[in-house]
Amino acid sequence: MAEVILKDLSKSFGNDVGIADLSMTIPDGAFVVLLGPTGAGKTTTLRLISGLEKADAGEVWIGGRNVGSETPAQRDVAMVFQQYSLYPHLSVRDNLAFPLKSPILNTPADEIERKVAEVASVLQISHKLDNKATALSGGEMQRVSIGRALVRDPSIYLMDEPLSSLDAKLRTDLRVELKRIQANLGATLLYVTHDQIEAMTMATHVGVLNEGRLVQYGTPREIYENPNSLYVASRLGLPRINIVPADVFGGMPSGVTQIGMRPEHIQQGEGQEAEVQRVEHLGDQARLHLMLKGHAITTIADPHTTYTPGAHIKIAPKNPLCFDAEGVRIS
Amino acid sequence: MSSFSVTEPSKRSKWFAGTLVILYALITMVPLAWIMLTGFKSPADAISYPPKVLFEPTLEGYVNLFTTRTRQTDEFLAANPPQTWYDRIVREYDMVIAGPSKFGERFLNSVIIGFGSTFLSIFLGTLAAYAFSRFKIPLADDLLFFILSTRMMPPIAVAIPIFLMYRQLGLSDTHLGMILLYTGVNISLAVWLLKGFIDEIPLEYEEAALIDGYTRFQAFYKVVLPQAATGIASTAIFCLIFAWNEYAFAVLLTSGTAQTAPPFIPTIIGVGGLDWPAVAAGATIFLLPVMIFTILLRKHLLRGITFGAVRK
Repeated sequence: MAEVILKDLSKSFGNDVGIADLSMTIPDGAFVVLLGPTGAGKTTTLRLISGLEKADAGEVWIGGRNVGSETPAQRDVAMVFQQYSLYPHLSVRDNLAFPLKSPILNTPADEIERKVAEVASVLQISHKLDNKATALSGGEMQRVSIGRALVRDPSIYLMDEPLSSLDAKLRTDLRVELKRIQANLGATLLYVTHDQIEAMTMATHVGVLNEGRLVQYGTPREIYENPNSLYVASRLGLPRINIVPADVFGGMPSGVTQIGMRPEHIQQGEGQEAEVQRVEHLGDQARLHLMLKGHAITTIADPHTTYTPGAHIKIAPKNPLCFDAEGVRIS
Repeated sequence: MSSFSVTEPSKRSKWFAGTLVILYALITMVPLAWIMLTGFKSPADAISYPPKVLFEPTLEGYVNLFTTRTRQTDEFLAANPPQTWYDRIVREYDMVIAGPSKFGERFLNSVIIGFGSTFLSIFLGTLAAYAFSRFKIPLADDLLFFILSTRMMPPIAVAIPIFLMYRQLGLSDTHLGMILLYTGVNISLAVWLLKGFIDEIPLEYEEAALIDGYTRFQAFYKVVLPQAATGIASTAIFCLIFAWNEYAFAVLLTSGTAQTAPPFIPTIIGVGGLDWPAVAAGATIFLLPVMIFTILLRKHLLRGITFGAVRK
């Protein structure tokens, strides 16, 4: 395992910016999650680190080495792709053994067997080892493809939304398993996801990307509780943070044009009167969709709430996040 | 009846489709069956009218195909009784076997030239197709068009220049010359077909292999090639069929050492009268290698091996 440092990394594809002046340090043993919408440069970052793309400018350092001129094989990284995961002409066993058999690792046969068996049992695919890779369900394929990374002991694991195609239960199981494996191995991991729960539960660090730039980098709690911009604030949180003009509630410091309130940061029973539009009972909580002076607001309520559409309810922000006209945080 | 199904055709349409396919198969197989049967007929049966469907089979055609025979005097025949079963067959016509015919040699030439040029076309074609498919090549589209354009003129248009060139280069009537010629013709087809197949193989597999510790060439060899097997097999069959059956250039450029079977088989007719059974026997044997090759590769033709492996 190793520390990975990106220095002023830039990459564009024709006129499209992939990554612009990206600098970040992925500490040894850290679990870093990259967040951002489609096209923000998350996958490009992984591909630049792995060497599948060549940077236009900037440097990638892995374990104290500038790897700019090294091939993907020499960089000693493992990557889990979002798609096209398995070699279709090989069995599951051969897929898992494939990286170990490479000329660079050239692992002895008995060790290959031991590692493959170990990883297969962790990912619960031992009974499928002799299947053709094509004779698996989508979830099994993705587990094998994660397994193909885990059989190795690389400088860094790169994972591109590895759990996005799995069903809810498997996703939860694997999420916990991945975190456990990472913690046990002390592995360095760079992980791309859209999923808030994955980001919050697994990450030691979260990096938020916007149009190829790193806009905030910190612990998951910092990103959630202390976002430095409207953009970052709206990346995490489900339901999404409510953004309303500052004058809806009034009493804000000067310069503040918008405020952001997470659904759980809305006080009920005082303040402005809003109308209930819809109530969603989720079991452990209820979501209230409100309309306040033409602004849609979502908040949460007791699971046994008796509100019905058309009811009126007074709400007030509790520790709102304040932003200026550009969306920059004002504290 | 309400058992309509989108995926499962009705019994009646299955029967109809089945009958249609069988009929079509019969129609296409009649000439083949005719050739094969004629190979086992006696010369008289072969030209009888109305044609005989039932006849007494004989290996005369095959014996005549593989041997040259001479007529002998009665004294000679009486002094030398027939030694083998094929001796006895020719003895019925008061002939003796003078020696083997050229068919074996010509057939071997066909095998060497046919499979040699197929191998070369596939080898070069796969490398070129991979390069066209994966690398940024300046003027790639123009180059591809240029490669294809070699197939646009009728081959006979270049017959004379090639004839003269081969003469100058000493390639006339050589195995190498014929292999190069057929490779030259086939390679455009091979590049185009294989490029299509390689385009279909997602780049992600190779990228995964690169990260798994392999070089570009190893990734090509271990990941792309096995997945292109279907395409390579079908392209190889097309190349082989062309090289195997080619007649015009073979007539023009070969006469002795490198003559292939197609120009040789018709020459049988001139030797011992209209010996149709021998011609038919030659055609039957000539058919076999391509048939066997196709059957061996059938598995790859019928099954898309990457089917279902790609998660979208």
